[in-house]
Amino acid sequence: MQVASMHFKSRAREKLVNRNLQNALNKLQGNFVRGRAQRVAEMDNFEAIRDAASAIRDRVLDRLDVYLEEFERNATARGAEVHWAETHEDVNRIVCELARRHGVRKAVKSKSMVTEECALNDALEAAGIEVLETDLGEYILQLAKEPPSHIVAPVVHKTRDEVSDLFEEKHGTPRKTDIAELTREARERLRGHFISADMGISGANFAIAETGSTLIVTNEGNGRMVTTLPRVHVAITGIEKILPTLEDVATLMRLLPSHGTGQSISNYISVTTGVKGEREHDGPEHFHVILFDGGRTSLVGTELQPMLRCIRCGACMNHCPVYQSVGGHAYGWVYPGPMGSVLTPAYVGLEKALDLPNAATMCNQCGVVCPVKIPLPDLMRKLREQQFARKLKPWTERAAFGAWCWTAQRPAIYAAAAAIGARLLALMGGRDRLIHSIPLAGGWTASRDMPAPQGVTFRELYRRQR
Amino acid sequence: MRVGLFVTCLIDLMRPRIGFAALRLLEAAGCEVVVPATQTCCGQPGYNAGARGAAQALARKVLDEFDAFEYVVVPSGSCAGMIRTHYPELLADQPAELARVQRLASRTYELTDFLLNVVKLEKVPGAYNGTVTYHDSCSGLRELDIKAQPRALLAKVAGLKLKEMNEAETCCGFGGTFALKFGEISAHIAERKCGNISASGADAVVLGDLGCMLNIEGRLRRRGDMSTKVLHVAEVLAGVEERPHINANTRG
Repeated sequence: MQVASMHFKSRAREKLVNRNLQNALNKLQGNFVRGRAQRVAEMDNFEAIRDAASAIRDRVLDRLDVYLEEFERNATARGAEVHWAETHEDVNRIVCELARRHGVRKAVKSKSMVTEECALNDALEAAGIEVLETDLGEYILQLAKEPPSHIVAPVVHKTRDEVSDLFEEKHGTPRKTDIAELTREARERLRGHFISADMGISGANFAIAETGSTLIVTNEGNGRMVTTLPRVHVAITGIEKILPTLEDVATLMRLLPSHGTGQSISNYISVTTGVKGEREHDGPEHFHVILFDGGRTSLVGTELQPMLRCIRCGACMNHCPVYQSVGGHAYGWVYPGPMGSVLTPAYVGLEKALDLPNAATMCNQCGVVCPVKIPLPDLMRKLREQQFARKLKPWTERAAFGAWCWTAQRPAIYAAAAAIGARLLALMGGRDRLIHSIPLAGGWTASRDMPAPQGVTFRELYRRQR
Repeated sequence: MRVGLFVTCLIDLMRPRIGFAALRLLEAAGCEVVVPATQTCCGQPGYNAGARGAAQALARKVLDEFDAFEYVVVPSGSCAGMIRTHYPELLADQPAELARVQRLASRTYELTDFLLNVVKLEKVPGAYNGTVTYHDSCSGLRELDIKAQPRALLAKVAGLKLKEMNEAETCCGFGGTFALKFGEISAHIAERKCGNISASGADAVVLGDLGCMLNIEGRLRRRGDMSTKVLHVAEVLAGVEERPHINANTRG
C-alpha cells in the first residue's frame, strides 16, 4: 500500500471537519469501548489472563526461529506448502506464481491486513486475475476503491447512506437503505464467486506451531468459505503471528474478540490444517502458507520488540483520543492509531512517518487497554528519541529544546526568564486575562485561548514571603 | 516530617497560587516543608520530545536537589509520574545514580496521594459553596493510580458537592507539546471534554494538573463559557480561591 503518512497533519485537518466521519467514530467509541469494558468486567481473572497472554507472546518472540521451523515441519507433514517471503514484492510474486501454477483465474479473499501491506490485489489484477474481497466491509471498500480505515471495522468511516448510494451505482439495483437488505444484496452478489473461484486467500490471526495450522477469527462466515471451497487456499501471515500450541490459542482467544469487537467469542474460529484428506468432502486440494517478514525481523531484539506481541485487536485505536478524532485514513498507511504509529515508522521507515510517533497525547489509554500489555506510549517515545538522535526533527525544535535544557540547568537565568515571561504573558492577557493569540504558538491559540498567568512567579512570591 | 515541595515549572510561571495552596495543605498536615530555590523543571517536555540527554541532565538536577528529603511532594500527577515512573528508566544505564534515583522515585508522591495515604490528613482548610466535577488527568490516573484520593479529600471540603461527568478518565487533549504541534486535534479532543464538563451541570471542574487546566480553561473560554471555573484540587482543598482581577500590577 502506498505510504501517505507524511501528510498526517493535512489529512487529519480534513477529517476533523467531516461530519459523517465524526458521527461514525462516535459510534465506534460506544460499541467497541463499552463492549470491551463489559467483557473485561465479566472475567474474574482478567489480569491473570492478560499476563499469561503477554508471556506466551514473549516466549514466541524470544524463540521465533524455532517456532517458525516447527510450524513449517508440521504444516508440510500435513500436505501444506510453506513459502518464506522477505518483502511484500516477494509475497506478491509468490501468489502470482501460485496462481499461474494452479491455473487460477479468480480469487476470493477473506479479510487480511497483511495483504493490504503488500497491495496484493493490485498485483493480482495486474497479472490478469480477478480478485474479490468477501468480508462485507472490505467488499464495500473494494467497490468504493478505498483503503480500510480500521483493522477490525474497515469501513467504519462510511455511513449507511454512502453504502446505499454505492450499491445502487455499482450493482445497478434499486436503492436500499435497510442494513439487512444491503447485506443480503452483497451476499447474493458474492455467493456465485465463492463457487466459481479457483483460489481462496486468507490471512491468519494465528499460526499454530504444534499442528502447522492457520487460524482465522471472523464473524461473517465468508472466511470459512474462502478457506474451504476453492481448490487452492493461500494463507498469508506475518511471521510474528506464531503460537506454540492450541492451548495457547485458547488463552489468546479469551482476549481477542473481547478487545476487538466487545464479543465474548466471535461467530467463527476456523482452524485450517493441511489439505483435503482422501475421504473428506471439504477443503482445498492445495494449501499454501506464506510467512511474511516485511520488516518484522528488524524489530526482534530491539527496544521495539514488544510491538510484535500485537494480536491486531484494534483496542488501542478504539480507545485513542487522537484516532477517535481523525479516524484511520489520516495515518496514511495500513495500520492506524497507536499501533500504527509504531508499526508504520518501523515497517516503511521513520523518515516517511515523522508525525506519527508524535501524534499522541501520551495519555496511555492504549497501553492500559492493550490485551498483551504493549507499552505503546513508551515505544512511541523510543521512536521520538530515534528521530531526535538521527536529526529527523526540525532544527528549530532541536534548538528550542537545547535552549530550554541549557536554561533549566541554570536556576538564576531560568528564574529571570520566567519572571519576564510571567509579566509579558500577563500583559498580553489584558482585561479579560485571556490571551487570544501568541506568536509561535498559533497551534494553541487558533482554537483555544491561553489563560493569562498571575504575573509573578512562585519563586518571587515565596522569596518575598519568607 | 521533612518534605521537599517540587512546585513544577508550570505552576511557578502561570499559577503560583497552586504552589502556595500545596504549601498550606502540607503545613496543615504538620509537615516541615522546604522549597529548594534552585528547582526548575522535571525534564518531562524533553523526555517526551525524544531529547533524552536533556531529560537525563534535568533528572540528575532534581535528584541532587531532592535527594535529602524524607518525602518529595508534587502538586501534579504528570511531574510526579515523571519522577516516580520514568526517572528510573531514564537513568537505568547509570549504575552510580540508579539506586539513588530509585530511592527518590519511591519517596515521591503526588499531592493528594501524599495527603490522604501518607500523612492521612483528617481535616482540610477549604470550603466551597457549589457543585464541582472532577477530571482525571492521564499521568496521575494511569501512572500513579490517582483516582480515589482527590475525591476522598474533596469530600472533606465543607459545602462541596461532587457530580461526576461522563468520560472523566478520557484525555483532555493537552499532551504537552502535542497541544502546540497538533493544535487542531488537541482542541478537538478538548472540545469533547468541555462538552462533558458542561453537561455535568457543575459550576467548576477540578483537577490536579495545570497543563490540563490551561487546556480545558482555554477551550471553555473560546467556546464562550466564561463562568465554569477551572480549579486545581489544591486550591479547593486549601481554600485559596482566586480573587478577581489580580495581576502583576496589583500584586506584591
